[in-house]
Amino acid sequence: MRAKEIKFLEESFKKYYFDHFDLIHVPKRTSEREFGFQKFNSGMIRHMSLKDNKELHLLLMQNIPSDIYCSNAYYSFPNLPMNEKDWKEADLIFDIDAKDLHLECRSNHCVTKCNECNEVSKLSDYCPKCNSSKINIKSLPCKTCIEESKKEVFKLSNILIEDLGVEKKNIQVYFSGNEGFHVYVYESQFQQLGSRERAELVDYLMFKGTIPETFGMKKLKPNRSLFPEIEDKGWRGRFSKEIFGLKSKRSKIVSELISEGYSSFQKKLIDISTTIGAQIDPNVTMDIHRIFRLPGSLNSKSGLTKILCRDIQKFDPYLESSFLDENTVEIMANCPIEFKIKNKKFGPFDNENTTVPTYTAVYMICKNLATIS
Amino acid sequence: MITLGKDEIAKYPFLADAGQYLKDKGFTLQQFGIDPDLKLSIDKAFNRVQVSTEGKIYKSDLIDGEASKDFVLEREVFSFLLAIVLLKLTGMTTLIKRFALAEARRAEKYLEKDLANISDGSKKELAIRIIDDLFSIQIKEQNNHFIIPVSNYLQHSINFHEREWKLINRHVEKGFVFLTPHETVRLIRKELGNYITTKIFNAKTPTMISGFEEPVDKLISLSKKFVTHTITTGEYPPCIKHAIEVLERGENLPHSGRFMLATFLLARNQSVQQIAPLFKNAPDYNERVTLYQLNHLAGTSGSGTQYSCPSCEKLKTQNLCFAIPECDNIFNPLQFGKRRK
Ligand SMILES: [Zn+2]
Ligand SMILES: [Zn+2]
Repeated sequence: MRAKEIKFLEESFKKYYFDHFDLIHVPKRTSEREFGFQKFNSGMIRHMSLKDNKELHLLLMQNIPSDIYCSNAYYSFPNLPMNEKDWKEADLIFDIDAKDLHLECRSNHCVTKCNECNEVSKLSDYCPKCNSSKINIKSLPCKTCIEESKKEVFKLSNILIEDLGVEKKNIQVYFSGNEGFHVYVYESQFQQLGSRERAELVDYLMFKGTIPETFGMKKLKPNRSLFPEIEDKGWRGRFSKEIFGLKSKRSKIVSELISEGYSSFQKKLIDISTTIGAQIDPNVTMDIHRIFRLPGSLNSKSGLTKILCRDIQKFDPYLESSFLDENTVEIMANCPIEFKIKNKKFGPFDNENTTVPTYTAVYMICKNLATIS
Repeated sequence: MITLGKDEIAKYPFLADAGQYLKDKGFTLQQFGIDPDLKLSIDKAFNRVQVSTEGKIYKSDLIDGEASKDFVLEREVFSFLLAIVLLKLTGMTTLIKRFALAEARRAEKYLEKDLANISDGSKKELAIRIIDDLFSIQIKEQNNHFIIPVSNYLQHSINFHEREWKLINRHVEKGFVFLTPHETVRLIRKELGNYITTKIFNAKTPTMISGFEEPVDKLISLSKKFVTHTITTGEYPPCIKHAIEVLERGENLPHSGRFMLATFLLARNQSVQQIAPLFKNAPDYNERVTLYQLNHLAGTSGSGTQYSCPSCEKLKTQNLCFAIPECDNIFNPLQFGKRRK
């Protein structure tokens, strides 16, 4: 990115931070958290601590970070190096990202930008102009991406509430500002769990590591009455709903399962894991020392805000997380696909000068698909 | 601390404050060394330790967990407390570990029985309280099952390797895991062993008491014999040593590890009878099943084919390999020490 674009982004980000302090707060138990931030075109600064909103807002105005982060962990000494911080506990956190869902729509809204010749083209493994394989893939997530990610959020919250006893009021869902959602669980019985125990929770939520016996299937002498019922709680119930569908079909399908045998049953369990398990990023939940984008702050991959979804069902990121102003900017745009922000259509642009609102200019420059004219 | 009834102390003697118990009963250690009637308790204590070195659980005089007569019950507790005195006087760590393990197994049986006791609610309550006091696990009863918070469950089950202990394979509801009495006790097995071991390690070592010399000497010589009996010698590769250590600690060795160990030792011409005792400390030890499985691997039963020891490569994928420089250039644990160039 050139100095010109950085200056424009910094101005836009600064204006956002100044106008929207109301959206950006330090989290509870501020002094026990680790903070970190990044400026445009520079490295990460971590291991900081902040006292209150005032200090946070000062940091934002003084540094105009491209991204600002905060730990889900609580430490005695958050500003010391990692091994001296004295980890106390951490909120449970989940990352659901559309790019991990392997959706078919993805090829329609991903573009490839060549690092060698800057050519922007539709999704491919190499640059169609100079054949270089040094490319960057930029996604402009579509409605399907968002809707499919929401389904994972619903699956996840359902298991958290029904099986793991998490209270609904302690679950908060945030749009990440780019391609997915961050789900926070506060004040649960899991606060003190370490990484290995969290990995077990992840397997549970993702329906991984199952054995046929759990669902009634045995290697020798299978017994029909051991198979689950539709009305069973937890995974046995979800399994039944997926495999039997209707209560009336149980008997017939159990016969089929038994005749197909143990290893085929085992395979079936793996096959349905992506359908009934929650598709979360395991590494994020297992890592108890990570820092996460601070709610209310801007995501430098898009210029959209990481924002709390009060009604996730209806949530539309391109309406509800775009807070930059309407003032028009002239840009040189290069983007072979169309996209929509605040109900307005933009693109496709074929290396052309165009005038767009600030929020669109920021979006495209953040995606590296436009420059300031 | 929990206040215990007479038969509870006999079942869970490690909960008693040893010095205080003897004092309350009006005895001193010295008396046990002199008084011919009390001396019987030392014999019992000796026996209790000896049995543990053989990997067996001491068979008590309690009938179904209830002592028939007060003196039987008292002798029961004495024999435990005196066993600790004997062990402290020998100063042999291996003996203490074996003893603690055997006593943990013994207590486990009572805990399981008490948890499952339908007719006497107070027994169940006590077992629940012991588990809470000692291991901070709050167990509740619900629909013929015991339920424990998922987080507690994970903290204990995380070291189990069998897939059926994975959370996904348990009945989980509203933040709780459902367990049978057997599973509940199995979950805290290791901690129970550690608790007893720590308690013994922390107990004060008395100065030698007259009348105790003989059993102490016998135990020391017993422990020497016992040490040479364990087959950890330098010639075994690290993977095999590790497996033996895991078993000796009374921890669980995954099936793949047992397979490796058994096939290795069989290939080194050890007999099924020589190998079987190694598995005695395994949390799920069952003599008949172990012999059956070993005979199967040895090819002395069933198909008649002898199974071979897995390759180093295979063991790596099973996380059973702990290679050291001496392992360079070998492809199978059996080649260890033979191909040193
Ligand atoms: Zn190119
Ligand atoms: Zn999409």
